[in-house]
Amino acid sequence: MAAVSIPAPQRALPPTSPRRRRQVAPYLLLLPAIAILLLALGYPMLWQIITSTQSFGLMQQFGKPPTFVGIDNYLKVFTDPETWAVVGRSVAFCLVNAAVTLIVGVGVALLMNAVSKVTRLILQVAMLLAWAMPVIASMTVWIWLFDWRRGLVNYGLNQLGFNFTNHNWLENPLSFYFVATVIVVWMSVPFVAFSVYAGLTQVSTEVLEAAEMDGANSRQRFLSIIIPMISPVLMIVGLLQVIWDLRVFAQIKMLQDAGAPTSSTDLLGTYIYRIGVGASDFGTASALSIFVLLLTIALSFFYVMHLVKEAS
Amino acid sequence: MNTALTPHDAASQNRPSPPATQDAERPKRRPVIRPGRIAATAVALLLAMAWAFPVYWMMNSSLLPNAVLTSTTPVLLPFGGSLDNFKAVFEQGTFWPALGMSLSITLITVFVCLLFAFLAALAISRFKFRGRKAFVLAVLFIQMLPAEGMFIAQYKMMSSLNLLNNVIGISIIYIAAVVPFTIWMLRGFVAGVPAELEEAAMVDGLSRTQAFFRITFPLLAPGLVASGVYAFLQAWNEFTVALVILQKEEYRTLPLWLRGFVQASATRATDWGQVMAASTLVAVPVIIFFLIVQGRLTSGLVAGAVKG
Repeated sequence: MAAVSIPAPQRALPPTSPRRRRQVAPYLLLLPAIAILLLALGYPMLWQIITSTQSFGLMQQFGKPPTFVGIDNYLKVFTDPETWAVVGRSVAFCLVNAAVTLIVGVGVALLMNAVSKVTRLILQVAMLLAWAMPVIASMTVWIWLFDWRRGLVNYGLNQLGFNFTNHNWLENPLSFYFVATVIVVWMSVPFVAFSVYAGLTQVSTEVLEAAEMDGANSRQRFLSIIIPMISPVLMIVGLLQVIWDLRVFAQIKMLQDAGAPTSSTDLLGTYIYRIGVGASDFGTASALSIFVLLLTIALSFFYVMHLVKEAS
Repeated sequence: MNTALTPHDAASQNRPSPPATQDAERPKRRPVIRPGRIAATAVALLLAMAWAFPVYWMMNSSLLPNAVLTSTTPVLLPFGGSLDNFKAVFEQGTFWPALGMSLSITLITVFVCLLFAFLAALAISRFKFRGRKAFVLAVLFIQMLPAEGMFIAQYKMMSSLNLLNNVIGISIIYIAAVVPFTIWMLRGFVAGVPAELEEAAMVDGLSRTQAFFRITFPLLAPGLVASGVYAFLQAWNEFTVALVILQKEEYRTLPLWLRGFVQASATRATDWGQVMAASTLVAVPVIIFFLIVQGRLTSGLVAGAVKG
């Protein structure tokens, strides 16, 4: 490359034109991305905001112009006890799942750090397998494992001496959410484990050794050195987990499809789906969607700030 | 760094002996197996089994005939298994159209998304301009928006544009969903190629375009591959938006096709062997793909991850 030396190109000569081009070029480069974002997200968002202030139901589907109702949809949504039941269930489900995922994930990461190379590799490959599984494929397997007639779970519990013959796990909301939690935790732990393990490998062994010399036992070393050192990773991973566990649409929908009652098992995503696509009550569905969007944006704030800080 | 430690190193690091006695103790300590470590290994192996088991169970069931699966004792190993379930799934004739839908939507998404994201990444990493910071922030927030908060409106829009049950319609939504994070990912890779390299090539007589394609572009290939894989996995596995936009049976993507089997299981006796064969068909290519590229992917993982 260095051997090819040709006189500097002419285009560097006119002093004003490159500068002006620099001003236009970045916007031109951004144009396609911005255009598709405006089309596929911006316009629906605007529609959603407008529709959330309108009465927009089945009649409007057939051409009746929607009427402006102000904040009536919001009032209706947030005075409806069913909404609060769904919101309460979603928040509880999300917090429980995020907490369990985080605890198990940190445990797996600590194990990865503690065992020999071969054992670690086995554990990592198993985690990767679960991580790589497409959500819907995972759901079919788990539904088969928990199948009330021939599922392996019922068989295993029977063998252990419990009577689980033909036990339907999806019938009762609490046991429905238990199954959902098992599946969501299984799906989410690998990401947490790998992220935390990456954080653990950054903890300096010198500091740990120094602490040990000074008489800190393993519990003290864990609580006062390892945890503080990996806490940035824990915060981010925990936040992401909360955001993701609020939107467990595919998992809940698939479990419902497998034969659970929808009204007592709906979480936010499936609830919006039911009143929007199912009942064509777009005004109410829009109001709820905006609630979900605002909630996510508020939760995402710290994560986005973290990304920006890390990049600069 | 810890990965390089041998078991013995790790053990001695946890409990370094005082220097004076070290030499005397070492020969004795080496064969001693610490009970804590055995317990950790046992728990690790149990967890590995628990996490790998559903994947194993899917493949195991896919190889066994329905008569075996519906017998009262489960069969843990696929001895005497066959590919009959796969044959039966193919014979239903619904797999290939679904594969075709998934492939065309995914390929359109990956291609357009990479192109748009690449241009945008160039803009934000190679130019200083007004609105740059606002754009980056907007992209990061958009990246977090859940499909569940948008899909009703997107459904209405696609229905008014007559793009329901249409490859283009759903691809538009997928591109918009994937492009923000892809921009963020590529931005890092573009910023990693110093602009001076390009300028040096231009001093050596290449035009800006030539310099870009001969110097910068090859260095960006790993970034493009990683982002492409991210886009691929997102579009290939997507379920929520597809459920709303692709309602007709003949336009189903693979996840929707797979859902059809589970739906049927709620009402009538299911041939679980065939369902698991279908699942395996959907999952195995993705797993192989994921395992091959995971090294590249994990580098960017803590900063925004592969998740639906």
